[in-house]
Amino acid sequence: MKISLTVNGELRESEIEPRTLLVQYLRENLALTGTNIGCDTSSCGACSMHLNGEAVKSCTILAAQADGCNITTIEGLAKGGKMHPMQEAFMQNHGLQCGYCTPGMVMAAISLLEENANPTEDEVRVGLEGNLCRCTGYHNIIQSVLACAKGGN
Amino acid sequence: MREGWQLMLPAAFDYKRAGSAAEAISLVSEYGEDAKFLAGGHSLLPLMKLRLAAPSVLVDIGRLSDLSYIRDAGDHIAIGALTRHMDVEKSPVLAQHVPLLAHAAWHVGDPQVRHRGTIGGSIAHADPASDLPATTLALGATYVVQGASGTREIAAKDFYKGFLESALRPDEMLTEIRVPKMNGAGWSFQKFNRRAQDWAIVGVAAWRRGSESGVGLVNMGSTPVLASSVASAIASGASVADAAQKASNEAEPQSDLNATSDYRKHLASVLVRRALEEASR
Repeated sequence: MKISLTVNGELRESEIEPRTLLVQYLRENLALTGTNIGCDTSSCGACSMHLNGEAVKSCTILAAQADGCNITTIEGLAKGGKMHPMQEAFMQNHGLQCGYCTPGMVMAAISLLEENANPTEDEVRVGLEGNLCRCTGYHNIIQSVLACAKGGN
Repeated sequence: MREGWQLMLPAAFDYKRAGSAAEAISLVSEYGEDAKFLAGGHSLLPLMKLRLAAPSVLVDIGRLSDLSYIRDAGDHIAIGALTRHMDVEKSPVLAQHVPLLAHAAWHVGDPQVRHRGTIGGSIAHADPASDLPATTLALGATYVVQGASGTREIAAKDFYKGFLESALRPDEMLTEIRVPKMNGAGWSFQKFNRRAQDWAIVGVAAWRRGSESGVGLVNMGSTPVLASSVASAIASGASVADAAQKASNEAEPQSDLNATSDYRKHLASVLVRRALEEASR
């Protein structure tokens, strides 16, 4: 089947098999490998990206369901060589260790601040419940998100 | 493709996108038992990836935006089946009239899941471990379903027939959930699990208004359970502690990796007591 969707501001059209997962489509058809696959079962959040501006788990969405939608992946955040404020906050606050969960964490965190611009630490912790960090680097991840919110971004 | 590790993919299927409820029903009627409705996909796609389900046709109803609404309908709130968990959670109408349901929706999965999963999908999937089937059961909800031969209403208590089995016929689609207003009743939702986003090992949805009450149990058997013995005990003047001892009267909980059947029964009585204490304040 044919799908057409906007990925990081660019219109992409592809012929796909209906069972193609959104994350698989982005990684394998469009070579956007910044989005990781962790658990394959919508538990870990490594594959989080934005669908029409909201964080979703792209291992549990068919590319066909995203037909006509607007997708943003980690690759689409930096503008003109300048990191997104959330990426900057993760860097400044050492919000990553091995980095595997980071793209998903950043995408989930941006979506969280879209819905709650000034969260408490507790709200950040609860808001990121769908993203697992196997390094258990949660403390600095939370600090990064709070710092980004405080910076008014 | 990466070597050594392959993605979990569903078995191949045909994908049909419905432009209306009528078209969706006609498509499913055409393909019969091999077809499944796809709403948010957050229950169905994991099952398909695990090959526990392998429908040959998916009828995508996810874009039927006319079935996404939350309306005040007088004595009840009418919720379109394709309303997402996030919209149930954040609805001011539900916060005012059915706060137990809005709160229970917040307990479903995580924000990413709640951006996609729908209340109708969760109920039609009829998973006893899901939060919203037991919650709408406790609240005495009615489900409206539409099929090739017309529309009918099914009381939540008559809907759940077995593990992932409901009273829905293959050509029928759940279109609306009608939840009675709580009219100021006290309420509580208790969810016992090991990690934040996990399914409940046992969950309890409860409300109370004087001698009237409703208690639904999550993951206490092959279907969501209406703990009617507890409500009867409250109605006849029993204390919360005594009523909670009857929590498992209607339940036949399974043993699994997380808990034995007896442990689930123990948890149910503890959580029902806590829920009723909170709902009685």
